[in-house]
Amino acid sequence: MARKLKPKVAVWKFASCDGCQLSLLDCEDELLAVSQEIEIAHFPEASREVIKGPYDLSLVEGSITTPHDAERIHKIRRSSKSLITIGACATAGGIQALRNFKDVNEFVSIVYATPEYIDTLQKSTPISEHIKVDFELRGCPIDKMQLVEVISAFINGRKPNTPAHSTCIECKRRGTVCVMVAQGKMCMGPVTHAGCGALCPTYNRGCYGCFGPQETTNAGSLSSQLKRMGADDEEIVRTFRGFNAYAEPFRKESELHDKENH
Amino acid sequence: MNKSVTIDREGLNQLIIVLGGMGFQVVGPTVRDEAIVYEKLGSIKDLPEGFTDEQDGGIYRLKRRQDQSLFGYAVGPHSWKKFLHPPERRLWQADSEGSDFEIKPEKLDTTKFAFIGVRSCEMHAIAIQDKVFINDKFVDPVYQVRRENAFFVAVNCGQAGGTCFCVSMNTGPKVEAGFDLALTEVLENDRHYFVVEVGSKKGEACVKQMTHQQAQKEEIAQAENVVKETAGQMGRSLNTTDIKGLLYENLEHPRWDDIAERCLSCANCTMVCPTCFCSTVEDVTDITGTHAERWQKWDSCFTMDFTYLHGGEVRASTKSRYRQWLTHKLASWQDQFGSSGCVGCGRCITWCPPGIDFTEEVPKIRDSETQSLKMS
Repeated sequence: MARKLKPKVAVWKFASCDGCQLSLLDCEDELLAVSQEIEIAHFPEASREVIKGPYDLSLVEGSITTPHDAERIHKIRRSSKSLITIGACATAGGIQALRNFKDVNEFVSIVYATPEYIDTLQKSTPISEHIKVDFELRGCPIDKMQLVEVISAFINGRKPNTPAHSTCIECKRRGTVCVMVAQGKMCMGPVTHAGCGALCPTYNRGCYGCFGPQETTNAGSLSSQLKRMGADDEEIVRTFRGFNAYAEPFRKESELHDKENH
Repeated sequence: MNKSVTIDREGLNQLIIVLGGMGFQVVGPTVRDEAIVYEKLGSIKDLPEGFTDEQDGGIYRLKRRQDQSLFGYAVGPHSWKKFLHPPERRLWQADSEGSDFEIKPEKLDTTKFAFIGVRSCEMHAIAIQDKVFINDKFVDPVYQVRRENAFFVAVNCGQAGGTCFCVSMNTGPKVEAGFDLALTEVLENDRHYFVVEVGSKKGEACVKQMTHQQAQKEEIAQAENVVKETAGQMGRSLNTTDIKGLLYENLEHPRWDDIAERCLSCANCTMVCPTCFCSTVEDVTDITGTHAERWQKWDSCFTMDFTYLHGGEVRASTKSRYRQWLTHKLASWQDQFGSSGCVGCGRCITWCPPGIDFTEEVPKIRDSETQSLKMS
């Protein structure tokens, strides 16, 4: 199967910590193979060389938080054949979406010496609220092997294997003992999208929900269970307001338990 | 049972060593991460000595016992299916060269397992999975080879768990068939011994290499007593009278909505169930596109992909997925395989985070039916 031209791939950054795009450089063993199959045309974290668009594939990291970014993402979409968002910021608004539950102007007035220099939006929003996204890769950060899988699937014209079921299935397949049932630890696993390989429970911690809501999230039932385990409303709000706080099922659940909303 | 012998703790240790010497990978209960799991055993030191468990809906707690018993607990989060029907395995690989490609079949892993401490409900669960994987036209080669090579050291339960109901399902607590050796642990005063029932020639050959005595009548009676007492301690019970008809006639019962409000669709019940056998197949390519692999992984009827057909999922609601799982387990399994799909081990109750318990749910449906009969 000889391919004439390597697909041109661009990596873009919005409001984010860079952790997800660095997963690509973190691929180590796979990096050589990846770079042989794709042409990295725009990736400032890796190279100063910038090849002009249009691009076959854009990987977008980060959320939209400024009017400038809200315009920039449209330009990127126009110059990209396929566009994949990587990580919780781009897919759900990220940890910075915690501001969506408050008045951002109050933060600006407290945090910055000259607030008038700050031009920011009221909310931190996922890329899909602004443009059409072809695929969303979950995680905070994304799993590097899933990134390689998504790029391989893109190059080979197939669907990526990134199941949307609960993290519990990953725990059970690897034989991890349920930390919620056996140790009474709070765990987001039953409502969280698989992808990390159940990293935290395997190290005896409850899941933090880094991969966002699973395909059929029953957040209300998990809250009831957390209450039975002794959590109060404040703890439940904190549990759902992590890296994917603005993802709809988590947002709605935290709002139900947030006293400021009542 | 004139083939019974007794062994002491050292005899049991010899059994593990003898089995290892016969080329078996010896696996059994051991304590890890606050639970009793099934993993590799080197000697009786790896067994959960002096441990027990407390179980209820959504709750499992490892506890200390007052004695040195080695099997004084019920079943935990693992089941033997992880050895016989591995959670993830590669089926084959393929490499392309030019316009041609070559399929490389996976080498059959012929690991011989010796299972120590298999409970009666679990023997029944394996017999049920046999029907699925080897007793029909289509045979799963990995299951078949592992199953045929396996050595079974069963244990008659000396204690029932809080979510156990094998008595209701006619699957225990006494091991009846399929074992090579069946142990009953007896602790009386200062004596700690095991009455061993020999179930096969392989078992007999093992016993010959262990320090053992012919079992005395009193010892056998003691062992029988242990099992009898366990049978009286079941944490749960389930009335199975015409359970198939009951569930088939109540597919629209409001109780399913009530359950769906609590069900997390997390699939834990199906993963821990020793009879659930579903798997999915994933095809992957590497980035060059010249190498492909096919993987089989445990799947669950609680995922959306499970019933995804062109245009969408057949069972899109949690209600329909839970109902499908339970009616299959207790009712349509009978039509499909000629027995119930439930062995009463209680794992689906204990390991369900919100503790959904079908030994409570089925009676709710039954009671409402009885009431509506009375009213009409």
